[in-house]
Amino acid sequence: MTPLFHLSHIRHNYNGRFVLDIDELTIQRGELFAIVGPSGAGKSTLLRMLNFLESASAGIICYKDQPTPSLDLTRQIATVFQHPILLHRTVRENVGYGLRLRDQRNDKQVDEIIARVGLAAFAASAADSLSGGERQRIALARALVLNPEVLLLDEPTANLDPHNVSLIESIIREENEQRGTTILLVTHNVFQAKRLAARVGLMLNGKLIEVETTKNFFENPKDERTRKFVDGEMIY
Amino acid sequence: MKRLFGLMIATVLLAACATPAPVPAPVPPPQKLRLATTTSTADSGLLDFILPDFQNKFNAKVDVIAVGTGQAIELGVKGDVDVVLVHARAQEDKFVADGNGLNRLDVMYNDFVLVGAKEDPAKVKDMTAAKDAFTAIFKASATFVSRGDNSGTHSKEKSVWAAAQITPGKEMSGYLSIGQGMGETLLFANEKKAYTLADRGTWLSQKSKLPNLIVVVGGETINDNKDKTLLNPYGVIPVNPAKHPGVNFDLATKFANWITSAETQKKIGEYGKDKFGQALFYPSTSK
Amino acid sequence: MLEIISLTLFVSGVALIIATIIGVPLGAVLALRQVMFKKIITLIIYTGMGLPPVVVGLAVYIFLSREGALGWLGWLFTPSAMITAQVIIALPIVIGLTTSAVENVNPELRLQIRSLGATPNQVMWTILSEARAGVVAAIVAAFGGIISEVGAVMLVGGNIEGSTRVLTTAIVLETRKGDFGLALALGGVLLTLTLVTNFFLLRLNKR
Repeated sequence: MTPLFHLSHIRHNYNGRFVLDIDELTIQRGELFAIVGPSGAGKSTLLRMLNFLESASAGIICYKDQPTPSLDLTRQIATVFQHPILLHRTVRENVGYGLRLRDQRNDKQVDEIIARVGLAAFAASAADSLSGGERQRIALARALVLNPEVLLLDEPTANLDPHNVSLIESIIREENEQRGTTILLVTHNVFQAKRLAARVGLMLNGKLIEVETTKNFFENPKDERTRKFVDGEMIY
Repeated sequence: MKRLFGLMIATVLLAACATPAPVPAPVPPPQKLRLATTTSTADSGLLDFILPDFQNKFNAKVDVIAVGTGQAIELGVKGDVDVVLVHARAQEDKFVADGNGLNRLDVMYNDFVLVGAKEDPAKVKDMTAAKDAFTAIFKASATFVSRGDNSGTHSKEKSVWAAAQITPGKEMSGYLSIGQGMGETLLFANEKKAYTLADRGTWLSQKSKLPNLIVVVGGETINDNKDKTLLNPYGVIPVNPAKHPGVNFDLATKFANWITSAETQKKIGEYGKDKFGQALFYPSTSK
Repeated sequence: MLEIISLTLFVSGVALIIATIIGVPLGAVLALRQVMFKKIITLIIYTGMGLPPVVVGLAVYIFLSREGALGWLGWLFTPSAMITAQVIIALPIVIGLTTSAVENVNPELRLQIRSLGATPNQVMWTILSEARAGVVAAIVAAFGGIISEVGAVMLVGGNIEGSTRVLTTAIVLETRKGDFGLALALGGVLLTLTLVTNFFLLRLNKR
């Protein structure tokens, strides 16, 4: 089966530094793949490239075998960023924004998604008036409403209280198990990776040190650094 | 950023404080005389020619405020100037009658000419009477530009239309009232190849910039002008100190007397001869 | 009088609309895209904002004059010339202030709406909408600049009674005639016009 994403010899420079250095990576359709690692490792950069928002200095990324996918294809991928920026409009208008870009409209679905992330009461409120955690949930909602084939999540529960963390995690799981959405989850939270992902990768200084099934990653890591990371020691 | 801001403030303050080095003054500082006159008078250059004599003789500095006729008179009414020099007899008489000036003295006169495009669509060239030319222009529906600003020139134009018994504006499709000064009106007429009434002084000094226009009525010098109604007299009126105690009545009176003195009158009659081949103004004493 | 007021609104209104239609998208493009010589273009536009209107009027006059390059248009001393001059005066203001407003929108937003599937055009319109307050300010500033302008419209329009006389040139005329009272009254009318127009322009900010 052809992989959904295939990355090959990705090298990326930024201000003279190497921020990404990945020889090979494939992502299969329908998998929930978590990437863990310390800050500044290059995880957010990788997500931007998978969403074709940025090109690597060298190397090829293929989505559905296309190195330069059309707009229709790239629109199948949506990202939830670590610090979401919302529009100066109502919550409803923010969530429905992506649909409007595609000349679509589905008020029912918009309201459903808003309710799913637990913000039905704020549907008509100004997005600017929401708290950090609420804004994060809106960012997730505006991505979900598009029924994306691929969901890229960058620290999606970083600002949330435990109740909402668990709410969002159940949504992520649902999306993957019931809709078959391919999900890439970047997270600091090792435990979250263990809870949700089928495969985990450790990224350090732009390189993917180890990519394994969740079980092997945590119980039987091949690399010494992986073991240290899993054990909670800081690695540089 | 803060330093740059501070530097800017310091520069401005320094510039404001900078005073020229004081010069020991054996003579008392010159008195100021504010003179309101029309733009055409100022533009002719006559004042630049004769005023230095006044300024030297009386240790004065004359501030010439050149505006439209109506505005010049209004400045006198308000007492914002000490003396008024205009060429609009009716308005001048009213000025004195209303008590704004004590009396009016004749200073000089020149004349008006009707200018128009070389093509002369209304065929008025070399007619002797302006009112006949105006009638022809009206009948031919040619384009005529009016200053439309109640200036001396405009007043004269209105009187000619009245003499021809025509009301322009409503009745003439080619009548353009542009509400501007003589210089601008001539430029406009040149651009539009239209007829307009101009004082000869401004015409002579602007002629080189008006390649499309020629004199059609009034001849090449004032002596050739057969239409006596086109004469344009200038009057000087010091502002009444009883109405405006702040005006420099003494100096204004000296000015009025100086400008009508034989010596100055002679000088006025000389202005323009070398530049234009004829005088721009004729002293009243030669009338 | 009514003629003068309606002509004032017509000339400045048309000029503002043209300047907005051209200037707002240009301002956004300048802020958002990798334009060649961006710094120089920005410098030129900011200088254009300080261009003396009467100098613009003089340049337009020279071009539209009988002997000028565009004399064949026959626009001199007609409202078309006045609109032309006012568009040239308004354009740098609209472009410059729009660029500034768009640059002040969080650059992260651009990335995030692209991830939601926005095309470059859609990005531009969304950012403009987010910068709405600044863009409206640009339009208001441009309007204020052109409706109060007198030197250029006097030069290229000619202040012809019944065809190119607007409020500002009428004020100059009445002042020259010494009728200060009427001149002040006309000034009052002009201020009122500007106030009412700005009221409607500011309503664009809501929603």
